Amino acid sequence: MSVNHNNATETDSPVPRSPKDLQSQLRGSEKRISLDHIFRKACVAIAAVSVVILLFLLGSIITQGVPSLSITLLTGTPEPDAEQAGAWPAIAGTIWVCSICALITLPIGIGTAVLLEEFKPRNRWTTKVFSVIQVNISNLAGVPSVVYGILGLTAFVSMFGLFDGPEQRQNHLEIGATYYDQFTNLASDPFMSMGIEDAKERYFLAPVASASLPPTVPKAGMTAFEYQGDELIEVDVIIVGPEDFPSDDPEELSLSIDASAIPGRISEKAWYYFSLPFGRGVLAGALTLMLVILPVIIISSQEALRAVPSSLRDGARGLGATSWQVVWNITLPAAAPGILTGSILAMSRAIGETAPILIIAGIVYIRNAPQHLMDSYTVLPLQIYNWTSRPQEEFHSIAAAGIVVLLLILLTFNAAAVVLRQRMQNKTR
Amino acid sequence: MNRAVAEMSEASSTSLDARAGKILTRSRKNLSTTRLREAVIYIGLIACGLFSLLITVSIVGVLFGETLQFFRFDEVTLANFLGSAEWTPLLGATKSFGIWGLISGTLLVTGIAMAFALPLGLITAIYLSEYAPRKTRDILKPILEVLAGIPTVVYGFFALMTITPFLQWVHDGFNVYNAMSAGLAVGILCFPTVCSLAEDALQSVPNSLRDGALGLGGTRFDATLKVILPAALSGIISAFLLAVARAIGETMIVALAAGSRPQATLDPRDEIQTMTGFMVQMAGGDVSNFGTEYFSMYAVAFTLFLITLTLTMLGNLVRRRFRETYE
Repeated sequence: MSVNHNNATETDSPVPRSPKDLQSQLRGSEKRISLDHIFRKACVAIAAVSVVILLFLLGSIITQGVPSLSITLLTGTPEPDAEQAGAWPAIAGTIWVCSICALITLPIGIGTAVLLEEFKPRNRWTTKVFSVIQVNISNLAGVPSVVYGILGLTAFVSMFGLFDGPEQRQNHLEIGATYYDQFTNLASDPFMSMGIEDAKERYFLAPVASASLPPTVPKAGMTAFEYQGDELIEVDVIIVGPEDFPSDDPEELSLSIDASAIPGRISEKAWYYFSLPFGRGVLAGALTLMLVILPVIIISSQEALRAVPSSLRDGARGLGATSWQVVWNITLPAAAPGILTGSILAMSRAIGETAPILIIAGIVYIRNAPQHLMDSYTVLPLQIYNWTSRPQEEFHSIAAAGIVVLLLILLTFNAAAVVLRQRMQNKTR
Repeated sequence: MNRAVAEMSEASSTSLDARAGKILTRSRKNLSTTRLREAVIYIGLIACGLFSLLITVSIVGVLFGETLQFFRFDEVTLANFLGSAEWTPLLGATKSFGIWGLISGTLLVTGIAMAFALPLGLITAIYLSEYAPRKTRDILKPILEVLAGIPTVVYGFFALMTITPFLQWVHDGFNVYNAMSAGLAVGILCFPTVCSLAEDALQSVPNSLRDGALGLGGTRFDATLKVILPAALSGIISAFLLAVARAIGETMIVALAAGSRPQATLDPRDEIQTMTGFMVQMAGGDVSNFGTEYFSMYAVAFTLFLITLTLTMLGNLVRRRFRETYE
């Protein structure tokens, strides 16, 4: 307010007495007016900088990326050869991680917003807790996303080391995994099958009860399976001891296993496979992204709830509705478009978030889309980072093409948010 | 009312009484189930709210705990950590953990970014809030929103593939990885943040002040410089602090464009490493999970967390405490 006072004295001051005074005052205001003009022009020029930057940014990416856009990019796997490289596992990973993240984050985030906005604290203690939560959320929003990545690494990937056995990293709790020891038959051994061309190469799987058991020793009468087509078929195998000379019957040879053979352990995981700790899997990624976008969703939902006129709430309360009935029947439906807009924008942030995923998943070579919640994965921004950080030029243009895909996805999300916002504004009008 | 109904059809009066009684008990039952449901939901919502507190507690707990673990190693001393600028955790025998080697890189990038983003953001905010006609606003605002929504890895790509070659074209001395390029990209990233926060602050200055200044014969520029900016100062400072925190925590741009050689230098043409850049290097490479260098990642994260948390809290505090209120 003191500022106003200053201004007042300035204009109150000397009424021009002589033409000289008048002239100097006029010159003063001319100066001020020209200063204003200059500043306005400078403003326009600087504001134009943002437009130029955007155009330059998009232009450089489009010119580099569009020529390498292809169907292979969307459907292929990240081959070491840039010509055939694709980003399908990364796109699928993004879809998995972000949808699970949304499923977990939205209820918690909207719940917190409802608590802070709609349930007035009932006593001094809750008042305190509420204000601490509120301050905490605005501080959480400023935490760099790498730090969340580090937290996710400890809290979700290794679960604070609670499940570490004496040896490094063991999965102590597993559901939905079947373990097999895989044997090759003698026909695949070039020495044993010498001269017997028509003996078939076959692989036999012996089921193992748990991952930590010692390797199976091939014994007569062992249960073994074999993939025939897509199914596991139980087969009888012949165990050949060290002294026995393998038969030269191709049929028998293709069924026989050396008694001293060392198996390889493989596992088959069902779609509901679950393990503790989560490891570097999809679920750990989704939970870490949750940490990143939770404050964003809470803050935007709070704003949406605050925008609902209180007359609606008062009306409902006057009719005898309880707090939750007001929220569920009145406030939430009225705030839904706003909450949805905020959530879509938060999700588009989650899609583009790279650093926390890089910390918890590392740079890994993934050829398949994730099959279950614990499966290893990569996401589109991470794939872009991977391609960009390679020295070869060809990968840079693939990275640019990946960026074009990423930006298109984000554009769709943002367009949805804008349409929703507009529709909402029309409704309230 | 019960009686009125009963008079209308005397024959069924007894059954009506029974029905009314039933309705009454049912509503009482409903009331108690409603109360129960209300309590359960309230507890559920409180749990949601406490979850965010749990996140903060576990960040502090995890970072602090693992940092302690880091200092328990023989090769690490607090004096070395806080007093040296030599950060060479991967050098085998001559390891040194001087955090200033990383902080100086972070500050260099942040300084360049802020030198770009703060003036530009503030002036654009002033333009948007005080000068711009509606039409220009309608074009400029969405552009800023788009800039703010672009993922950071894209800015990293832009820095490495466009800004760096441009800088090298201007001046030969620029390294492939350099602080300048990363700093400019971080600046572009922070620019919309500064702009929208500062604009909010300017917009919250009541129109009466603006009108008063203009009515006394001031130009727009006078009004902005002498009335509106001072009135919005707390909001603008808070915007600056939040932008600095954002720049310090920025990861992907520096990981791609700034390089990976920690050194205390002021030369923006040189390769440097920031705190976030180091964490990415650790996560991307295969470092054993139990060595000093692995735990050094937590110590760096803790330092980063403390710095950004202080800035964010300060920013929020300034905005809340020193806001000029006008009735």
